[in-house]
Amino acid sequence: MKRYTFRIKRFDPEKENFRWDEFSVDMEPMERVLDGLDRIKDYADGSLTFRRSCGHGICGSCAMKINGRNRLACQSLLRDIEGRGTARRAPTVVIEPLEAFPVIKDLVVDMEDFFEKNDLVLPYLINDEPPPERERLQSPSEQEMILESITCIMCGSCTSSCPIYWTDSQYLGPSSLLKAYRFIFDSRDRAEEERLEKVTGVHGLWRCHSIFNCVESCPKEIDITGHITELKRLALKNRFRS
Amino acid sequence: MTHQFDTVIIGSGLAGLRAALEAAGAGNVAVLSKLYPTRSHSTTAQGGIGAALGNEEPDKPEWHFYDTVKGSDFLGDQDAIEIMCGDAIRAIIELEHMGVPFSRTPEGRIAQRYFGGHTKDFGTAPVRRACYSADRTGHAIVFTLYEQCQLKGVKFFPELFVLDIVIENNRCHGVIVLEISTGEIHIFSSKVTLIASGGYGRVFKTTSNAYVSTGDCLSILYNRGIPLEDMEFFQFHPTGLYGLGILITEGARGEGGILINGKGDRFMERYAPTIKDLAPRDMVCRAILTEIREGRGIDGKDYIYLDLRHVPKKTIKERLPEITTFCKTYMGIDPSEQPIPVIPTAHYAMGGIPTDIDGRVLMDEKGSVMQGLYSAGECACVSVHGANRLGCNSLLDTVVFGRKAGRAIKEEIGRDTAGKNKKEDIVGARHAVPLLERSKIMIDSILKCNGKERLANIRTELQDRMMEHCSVFRDEKNLKGLIESIRNLKERTKDIYLKDKTRKFNTELIDAIELNHMLNISEVIASSAIERKESRGAHYREDCPERDDTSWLKHTLAFKTDKEIEFRYKPVNITRFKPEERIY
Ligand SMILES: Cc1cc2nc3c(=O)[nH]c(=O)nc-3n(C[C@H](O)[C@H](O)[C@H](O)COP(=O)(O)OP(=O)(O)OC[C@H]3O[C@@H](n4cnc5c(N)ncnc54)[C@H](O)[C@@H]3O)c2cc1C
Ligand code: SF4
Ligand code: FES
Repeated sequence: MKRYTFRIKRFDPEKENFRWDEFSVDMEPMERVLDGLDRIKDYADGSLTFRRSCGHGICGSCAMKINGRNRLACQSLLRDIEGRGTARRAPTVVIEPLEAFPVIKDLVVDMEDFFEKNDLVLPYLINDEPPPERERLQSPSEQEMILESITCIMCGSCTSSCPIYWTDSQYLGPSSLLKAYRFIFDSRDRAEEERLEKVTGVHGLWRCHSIFNCVESCPKEIDITGHITELKRLALKNRFRS
Repeated sequence: MTHQFDTVIIGSGLAGLRAALEAAGAGNVAVLSKLYPTRSHSTTAQGGIGAALGNEEPDKPEWHFYDTVKGSDFLGDQDAIEIMCGDAIRAIIELEHMGVPFSRTPEGRIAQRYFGGHTKDFGTAPVRRACYSADRTGHAIVFTLYEQCQLKGVKFFPELFVLDIVIENNRCHGVIVLEISTGEIHIFSSKVTLIASGGYGRVFKTTSNAYVSTGDCLSILYNRGIPLEDMEFFQFHPTGLYGLGILITEGARGEGGILINGKGDRFMERYAPTIKDLAPRDMVCRAILTEIREGRGIDGKDYIYLDLRHVPKKTIKERLPEITTFCKTYMGIDPSEQPIPVIPTAHYAMGGIPTDIDGRVLMDEKGSVMQGLYSAGECACVSVHGANRLGCNSLLDTVVFGRKAGRAIKEEIGRDTAGKNKKEDIVGARHAVPLLERSKIMIDSILKCNGKERLANIRTELQDRMMEHCSVFRDEKNLKGLIESIRNLKERTKDIYLKDKTRKFNTELIDAIELNHMLNISEVIASSAIERKESRGAHYREDCPERDDTSWLKHTLAFKTDKEIEFRYKPVNITRFKPEERIY
């Protein structure tokens, strides 16, 4: 057991004010930050509010800013986060809500806009050809093209860390562009043109300046910028063609 | 505020989504969930979804049918199982056409792998039947169905928490919900309501289930007079990460992983000589715990190893990437270099809300239908899984019976467009008002709680007790003690303390409500387990270790009464396969 200080940014929706609270928690270094939040909620302050569901990095509920970086609380072990502390001072875990989204309460942010952006890129397979009796064939190498992009869990870490999104709230954001990629590069999809049109508007693809914040904060280690670059390449190619 | 919909669906897991997609053809459909839709627990399903596609080797729906019946320890209803296995191929092809990114064979077909209890030729050898998308199968299917629902105009209401289900005169009129972000209470009045609220593994200490798997809707229906079926059957999965319970898919053994004890023995050879590590989960769990009890755990401790070291690195990388990450993140080990410490983890509820094959909720052992109420997915009991579910049959269950329920709903909505329901809507909303008031009072009284008990202490104690006395091994004496503890804990909830007295996004309030549901459900599980004096599938009674078909080849129905729980029983539907000894 080791003592950790959790320094948490709180937001009280009734009083509409922010404040910082500190909690001292004894934990094993192999435990998750989420375990720490649970411990605080269970035994120190029942009003501490955060989202969580699966507890192991799949549902995307628990993204928050932990020691300055967006991460999943359920996927971050105490031993792996910085701020080791000193002989006199316990290592500190600083936790804030995801940036750029309106805060509802404590670590809970409003993700409505984030999900709505996703809906703008026609996020579903489109193929009007009559389907074969069995599966549509897709070779492993064709599937390879989309493998990384399908692992997105919609946690919002990327969009929240994107400076373009901070200044242009209408910007589609990395995860929506990644979603567009996921369908455009799916060999079974037939709506490349429509989707490219959706993502190449003023608040789309071209606003991305390859800052790489998104890649750094993605808990699934998706090379989002790389995917966006591929999309740009394709958009350029198609424009030259038409 | 009152909302009117033709169909209201509770739950945005696979069952709810698949039903919504189908029902969207008639009238308007609302899907309510206490989470954002894509955060439902179905997303975590790893290993696969079963269908006798025969893409990797010859396979037949008939074999799948037999395996499922045998896996269920002959308690599954064979009419329902035959429907599920017969419809499986169509269901998978349909998912593929909708866009699910299944992993592929070199020829570009849907790839398949081995899974526990799935065999060829009526049990002669394992067969590759589980269709998968690496080890993220649930995630891949949830996203696809969610996307398709959006395309069809299904209306989603995320982060609404169901407080009550409006049932009056044998008809369901909708639900009462708490809008989590504002704390406001709403009525959703509907012609048809479908409950697809998932499992309740959180009642156990070690579980693969999400925090939100607390069985709220089952508990509510039970309180409203609907019986709960076969609640004594709760599946433990053999391979949860030691100390955490996070699941390591059976697909890991499907790809060649083996279980070894402290002596380095591949002990499953002794328990299931034919299919060994791919035996059904109830058997593997008992085998593991027997090894541990007899001192053959790793270093004599309470876990064993899942060993993947001999599996080609490429296979692990391509087909098991997610569990590899789990092992690295949470245990600091690389499964291709080190064996994985595992223990059985509470995983799947075979029991639940009794339904017919079209998802209609049944009110008694005679099969009387509750009007306007359907259920599908893990919370329902059709029953295709009987006393023990086979791996990769649950995802199949959700899409097959979710669709069937959706179709039946569509028909029902389509049938009475003639304004008859207009009147009923108003009646329905009227019935809801007293319940709305009752929910308000309930919430106000919880918010006022200023007692001495911490929610967390009660919850932890429940989970510990359930794990100790109601998991893989059970006996009457311990179960009786358990029920006493549960009643005690129920009393203690009257004296809880809530720090958060506000309305907006009050998750402490939700914890308190969920805890009440967990206690309620646990009492039904433990009581049903006491009643069933035999061992079958996942229900193993050390004091009655044999299966007893003469007295117990029947489904349990637990009814709430003013005093004790009342038990009634109904026969198992046996069509094709007569009960036989279950050896693998
Ligand atoms: C880790 C793991 C791996 C698995 N792997 C496999 C596998 O490989 N193959 C397989 O076949 N099966 C697998 N299973 C089992 C399978 O995933 C589940 O049984 C199945 O997904 C359940 O789906 P569902 O739609 O019934 O419920 P869920 O997906 O659990 O959805 C329940 C929904 O109900 C909502 N809800 C619940 N209560 C309320 C309330 N009070 N108010 C509002 N909404 C509420 C939730 O928010 C959620 O949207 C696995 C299970 C786990 C835990
Ligand atoms: S791309 Fe990564 S960071 Fe962005 S939403 Fe998806 S998983 Fe989260
Ligand atoms: S709780 Fe699901 S991702 Fe953290």
